[in-house]
Amino acid sequence: MILNDEQFRLKVGLAEMLKGGVIMDVVNAEQAVVAEKAGACAVMALERVPSDIRKDGGVARMSPVSKIREIQAAVSIPVMAKARIGHFMEARILEALEVDYIDESEVLTPADEEHHIAKRDFKVPFVCGARNLGEALRRIAEGAAMIRTKGEAGSGNIVEAVRHIRTIVKEMKHLTILGKEELVHEAKILGAPLDLVEWVAQHGRLPVPNFSAGGIATPADAALVMQLGAEACFVGSGIFKSEDPEARARAIVKAATYFNDPAKLLEASEELGMAMPGLDIAKLPEGELMQTRGW
Amino acid sequence: MKTHGVKTHGVNKRVGILALQGDFEAHAQALARAGAEPVLVRTAAGMETVDGLIIPGGESTTMLKLLELMDLKEALRRFAARRPVFGTCAGAILLAAEVRNPAQECFALLDLTVERNAYGRQIASSIAQLEPAAAFEQRAGAGTLEAVFIRAPIIRRTGPEVHVLAEYKGNPVLVEQGRHVVATFHPELTQDSRVHELFLAKISPETI
Repeated sequence: MILNDEQFRLKVGLAEMLKGGVIMDVVNAEQAVVAEKAGACAVMALERVPSDIRKDGGVARMSPVSKIREIQAAVSIPVMAKARIGHFMEARILEALEVDYIDESEVLTPADEEHHIAKRDFKVPFVCGARNLGEALRRIAEGAAMIRTKGEAGSGNIVEAVRHIRTIVKEMKHLTILGKEELVHEAKILGAPLDLVEWVAQHGRLPVPNFSAGGIATPADAALVMQLGAEACFVGSGIFKSEDPEARARAIVKAATYFNDPAKLLEASEELGMAMPGLDIAKLPEGELMQTRGW
Repeated sequence: MKTHGVKTHGVNKRVGILALQGDFEAHAQALARAGAEPVLVRTAAGMETVDGLIIPGGESTTMLKLLELMDLKEALRRFAARRPVFGTCAGAILLAAEVRNPAQECFALLDLTVERNAYGRQIASSIAQLEPAAAFEQRAGAGTLEAVFIRAPIIRRTGPEVHVLAEYKGNPVLVEQGRHVVATFHPELTQDSRVHELFLAKISPETI
């Protein structure tokens, strides 16, 4: 089983080190330095933050190599980068660049509408988005060593991330009360491999760290997804599209650690500028949703 | 799984894990396996309730930032003045006397110079089988030690009072100085609890 493989243990190991932390989207070295100084446990290099991708349209691709190198040179924390769904050659280039984690991400324009990257073949670890347990387990079977909720990137609206983390947690709880023969049937419904379904049924959690992303804009949002079972958060547009990115970054870092301490969350929520503007997801046309990319 | 360790080391010991960021849950499970009571510590008041403290793996820059934001630096110094502290990976960096690549603040609980990310990026992370020093095997039990290195630092210099308990490729990776212990790898990510037991044995009536 993939979980006992030495290479896979190392990939999951780095995800373990990121727990309780905040991974911040950055587009250049200057933003990466702000993120590191504020206490980010890693940065995610991308060409444009999701809210700009949403606004500008067009094809969103892997970040330019020069930008990733610039970010790697500027900070000492792990540097992640996004590849398009199914684009295993973007991923090979990112691996050659020695990024620390690759996000096979629905935020970029998918390169393959049927297949995700065969991630076991890579030495560099992958994180993938999921909206439900079946999707999460299919990605793990392909080799993802970290799962994050998809949420709705660039929306500044937490509702989808909440839906996805609640769905995954509920589906996991459900598995823990089923008998052996029921798990076989459930694996069929989930569209996930039986050995991983059985693992979740036995342990009541995912076999890899379970993080949250997609719509986190405030310290309260970060604390909410952590309360619901996320072990760390990704913040995309929420920081650098806000009025005072440095203060907001520090506050969200604090909230991810003290998600169980309302007095400290109150401290973190004070003296912040305006959050990024939010979108009502119910009013977004189906074609503009990013979370429906990936299968 | 190794079973040579003395399981009684952990009995009735409340051990804190600094849970600001990192793999504190993995340490909590390792402590429970070694027979101690793990306590997640996020405040100065919490630190006062435990007999020993683990600084886990994670990002040392993030931990430093939160120690500063939450006014925990002085509390950590006070704690370490009498009680044992064990640092793994990022924890090793925080406990050193000097940090390079880049230079950053540290607590100097052990006389060590540590270079961050010294093996390289994640792609250079590895699992090694170590032959620990006799001093380790006599106290913790015999047998190879599985060492998980993740974006690990390297100890470049050890002071005269530092004892090396295991090496990898000629560099010290598990060391002790008085009541404090440092590992550049992650014993908490294996089923072998001997390193945690060795640390628990340092908690005595004199340190409580």
